[in-house]
This record gives sequence, C-alpha cells and structure tokens, in this order.
Amino acid sequence: MTSSETEFVRVLEADGRFAPNAAAEQYLPLIEAISEAELEQFYRDMVAIRAIDDQATNLQRQGQLALWPPSRGQEAAQVGSARAARAQDTLFPSYREHAVTRIRGVDPVDIIKLMRGISHGGWDPTDPANGNTRLYTLVLGSQTLHATGYAMGLAFDGRSGTGDPERDEAVIVYYGDGASSQGDVHEAMVFAASYQAPTVFFLQNNQWAISVPVSTQTRVPFAQRSSGYGIPSVRVDGNDVLASYAVSRAALEEARAGGGPRAIEAETYRLGAHTTSDDPTKYRTGDEERSWEQRDPITRMRAFLENKGAAGSFFDDVDAEAAAAADDLRVRTLELGPPPVSKIFDHVYTDPHPLMDEQRAWLDQYEASFEGGQQ
Amino acid sequence: MTLETMPFVKAMNAGLRQAMTDDAKVLLMGEDIGKLGGVFRVTEHLQRDFGEKRVLDTPLAESGIVGTAIGLAMTGFRPVIEIQFDGFVFPAFDQITTQLAKLTNRHEGALSLPIVIRIPYGGHIGAVEHHQESPEAYFAHTPGLRVVSPSTPNDAYWMIQEAIASNDPVIFMEPKSRYWQKGEVDLDHSAVPLHTSRVVRTGTDITLVGHGAMVTTLLQAAALAESEGTSCEVVDVRSLSPVDYGPILDSARKTGRMVYAQEAPAHVSIGSEIAATVMERAFYALEAPVLRVSGYDAPFPPAKLEGVFLPDADRILDAVDRSMAY
Repeated sequence: MTSSETEFVRVLEADGRFAPNAAAEQYLPLIEAISEAELEQFYRDMVAIRAIDDQATNLQRQGQLALWPPSRGQEAAQVGSARAARAQDTLFPSYREHAVTRIRGVDPVDIIKLMRGISHGGWDPTDPANGNTRLYTLVLGSQTLHATGYAMGLAFDGRSGTGDPERDEAVIVYYGDGASSQGDVHEAMVFAASYQAPTVFFLQNNQWAISVPVSTQTRVPFAQRSSGYGIPSVRVDGNDVLASYAVSRAALEEARAGGGPRAIEAETYRLGAHTTSDDPTKYRTGDEERSWEQRDPITRMRAFLENKGAAGSFFDDVDAEAAAAADDLRVRTLELGPPPVSKIFDHVYTDPHPLMDEQRAWLDQYEASFEGGQQ
Repeated sequence: MTLETMPFVKAMNAGLRQAMTDDAKVLLMGEDIGKLGGVFRVTEHLQRDFGEKRVLDTPLAESGIVGTAIGLAMTGFRPVIEIQFDGFVFPAFDQITTQLAKLTNRHEGALSLPIVIRIPYGGHIGAVEHHQESPEAYFAHTPGLRVVSPSTPNDAYWMIQEAIASNDPVIFMEPKSRYWQKGEVDLDHSAVPLHTSRVVRTGTDITLVGHGAMVTTLLQAAALAESEGTSCEVVDVRSLSPVDYGPILDSARKTGRMVYAQEAPAHVSIGSEIAATVMERAFYALEAPVLRVSGYDAPFPPAKLEGVFLPDADRILDAVDRSMAY
C-alpha cells in the first residue's frame, strides 16, 4: 500500500458540516447507528476534559503539580476511540490520554496523584470502576508490548475470537508519533502480527514530539508503516470525533472477532505544550498553531450539533458541568496529602522480602529517634 | 526418597516439565526453544509434549519477549523466558529494569508479575563475544527483581520450580559451563527454600564463598587446600538478591577469613556487596579483610584468553594464602 492509497477518513468538515469523504463511506452504517444521546455525550466528554485539562495546567502553573501533559486539541481522537471500546475491552494509555481514562471511569484526581508526587500509578486497573484501563506509561512505546502480550493472552485463553461480540475482548493501545520511532513499537507490531493478537494500535499523530516535528520520525504516513507488518491500517482525521469513533469501532470489532491486529493513525494536533515544562514558541510558529485552532475538534462538533438543532441550553449545561468538574478537581487536588513513608517499601515485591523488612524497620527506628517521633 | 543422577541440563528440563505439569498457566517463551529445544536443549521435547501455545518459538526480539510476557502475566499466565545467551539480554534491559521490576510497585500491589527470565551465563565454553558474560550484578542492583543462580543439578531442578512459583520476577542465572555436569537429584523434596545460601563443604580455617559455576571451582580449591593442610568451608550463595546472609556470616564468624570468587568483574559486583556486608556485620570476628577473586574489570576476552581471565583454583588458593598470611 503506497501513501496515496492509505485511506484518510473524515466525516465532519472543519466547519462541522456532515460531509463524509469517499474513505468514510464504509463506516457510515456505524455512524448512522450513533444515537442522539451518544452524540451529545461525545461533545460533553470533550468539553469536560478540556476544562479539567486547563484546570490541571493552571494547578501546575500555581505550583501545585510537578508537571502536566496537556491533552488540549486531541479530544476527538481520544473520545471517539474510547467511546468505541466495549466494556470488556482493555485500554493501555500512554500519558496524555486524560479523556480516554475519564471515559472509562478513572477519576482525574488519580492522574493528578502522578503529577503531584504522590503515586507512580494512581489507580487500580483491576478495580471494575476503572473500566480495564491500565496505568499510564511514561517510557515511550513500552506499553505497546504489554498491550500485545495482553492481547496474546486473550487469544490463548479463548477470551477473543469466539464469535460472541458480547464476550469477545480486544485491546487498544495508545501511543504517539514520537513513540513510533521506538524499537518496542516495531517489536509489538511483529508480535501482534505473528500471533494475530487482538491489538488495536491507536497512534495519535499530534505533529510534535516535544520540539521535534513528525517529519523527523517518519517520511511516510504511519498507517503505511503499520500496514507493512501485515496489519490492516487506516488514517483518520483525529479532530473529527465521529470519524475517530467509527474507525476505532470497526477496528476493535475486527480484532475482537479474531481478525488479528489493526492500526489507526489519528491525525491531530497538540494545541498546548508537550508538558508544562516546555515552551512551544521556541520550535513552532503562531501561524501553524492558529491553523490548527481553526480545526479545533470541540468547535467542529458543536457546529455539527447546532446544525442538527441542539438547543442553546444544552451547550450551557455542558459548559456548566465542565466548569463544575474542573472546580471539583481543584478542590480535591488541594486536599491531597503526602503519601506515608511506608510507601517506599510497600509493594516493591509481592512476596515477603527480607531487605524490605530490614530497611523499613531501620527507617521506622530512625524516624522515631527524633524528638517527638517523626522527623 | 527418589534419587536420580542426571546432568544439570536434564535437571532443568525435568524441573520445567514438572512446573508445566503442575500449573497450566506456566508458558515458555524464547528463541529456538520449541522445535530445537533451545541451543542448550534445556527445553527439549517440551513443545512436543505441551504444544505450541505453552512453548512459544518467539520472534527474534528480546525486548518483545519480555514486554509481551508482562502483558501475558497481566492476563494470568506465568511466563518463563529463555534468553539465548547472557550477552543477548541487553536488548530487553529496558523492559526488565524499567517495566518488569517496577510495575508491581507502580500498581501499589494491584499487579504481580510472576515471570522468570532464564539466562545461561558465564565463561568456560570457548565461545565468541557476547556468549560468556556474567551480567548478574545489573539485575541484583535493580529493586523489584529477584536473582538466583543454581550450581548443581539438584538445585537446578528445585530452584526453577520455586522461581516459577514466586509471585515476583526472578532472574534465573544458569551457569552454562555446568550444564553437562552430573549430580544426584532428589525428585521428592527440595532441600532448602529458594532464597537461601548453603554451606556445601564444612571447614575451620577459611570460608570460600561464590555462586554459579564458581562453586565447583571453590570445591576444587578446597580439596587442594586440604592436601596442603588448610581446612576450607565453602558456601554456595544460590540467591544473589536477596542474599541470605545467615550462613555466610555464621561461617565468617567461625573461620574469621573469607574469599569471594566470581567470574564477573569485581567493580560493583555481587562479591563486592557481600564482602562489604560481611565486613560491616562481622568485623570483630575477622582475622583478615574479605578478599575477592574475580574476572578482570575488562570486557570478557577472546576465548583463547578465558583461562587467564576466569578465576581458577590456583587464583583462589593464592587468595587463600594471602588471607591466611594476615
């Protein structure tokens, strides 16, 4: 498949007009099946996470967090793909999937814990409340192998590919244009293809790996690269929530049904900084940023809903809910206390370990040696 | 008691077979471990007998093997990985140290990773570069990993089963130069738990300590020393992380002298750590500083020089003489 043959799926134009392109035609049944309530939910998800994301950015600027990686601009790719997953599917995020994790039930405060120096994990992926959402992974691309191993396990255990869509499971793993250069992503695609594992590789191409442009990571569309492994691949307008939903829905269904791995390249843009430690004015132009602001996924979906006749009160309600969620995040962030000292030694190992016991006892005794107990 | 004499490599095979029989979630992964049975034949016939879903001939990608094993363990499997040679583990080093070692901690207890990584290690086989190294200290230095090294067929048989039963990741260092050494295996009872060191020869004048292939060399040195009138006690460390210091310190306090022997370079090594700990905890019982006999702090040399590089009984006896002269 050459680059010109790599499909690029778009349903909504930047101005919100419903104008599916030729590549989107095969996905129209999936889009037509989306209910009005679901369409409104997609919009609600995007607006809420943008407010939460802005709040977290502000909290970092105010010294409350060590770091925050903003998701601003990538809401449609995340909401579309996460809403496409079924309850039984497992999601492996990278570290910017704030919309994905929230949709699956993870409390955004649990992400704050990572960024506030309280936890390296934040939530329990085995708690049903968290919707099979695995932890964030900070070393790029590592999680693509974990996701593929997980998917191999599903296949080996007969939890996938039985033909029962209510029971069959699949895995979707998130990574970015920068991570795509990592060897682990290559190895994950080799393993996924060899074992026909039900893995959906969801690449958010947000154009920048901190300061390095996507042209340094690849000279061909990423979807062309993944198709080289024998993995059916598709490109999608990642700022179009309907298109992102539809291609993800289709890919997950095919993987779940035993069709092997799938890959999606969602073309989007990181409107904010890589993290709050970064200054995008050093490496990209204002013109570029403005051109992508014209393609903002939330504006686009709002225009679509307005064209469909959504009431102004709906948008007001969504904005109010989002503001409340952001306020709630601030309140609960400021309430987070420091972790107990025992956390240093807890869960380094599952089984008892003499060195942990010895060093924990020593630290307890050392801390107790200060006047009044704790240092 | 059912005793059977077999070479180390057969004991490994029997131990793996037993573990796979006992637990259907045990799954082997590695390069050439299926049809070929592994380059050392440790997994011979296991794919034939347990099938291709229990014994995976994987793509040739060490990071991929460890990374997918992590995902498999998340779904309930207990993967046992074979790294073909010591020097080939490094493509997987990131997945081992950054992911495997830390994921249980990152999950705050919500995830256990019962993964065993078997690594044939060490010299004495006359092989080319990357096939004779001793990288155990890298893993022992990494919190979250356990590291063990059997030195006898009996330990090979039992320790592999105990490592597979562990709920933590275990780096399982196999002294490949001892693969063909025969010994008695007690098929009924494990002598000691996984993470224990053990006195394998009693003596009164000096304690010789080591792990893996070096234990045999220490026993040779002890026999030679005895003929010269020096009584050596020999301790097999067996578990490199955590180290079971009880028998080591008891022996140091009894003899007052200690020599540690290892194939690995000395700098920041298992022998260095144990020497430091013995000097911290048994200082007043020592008659001499703990001495180390090691590979040199240089890359493992071309095989024609390995006899010079690797500690042998003579170099150990030289250290014994220096210690006794204190």
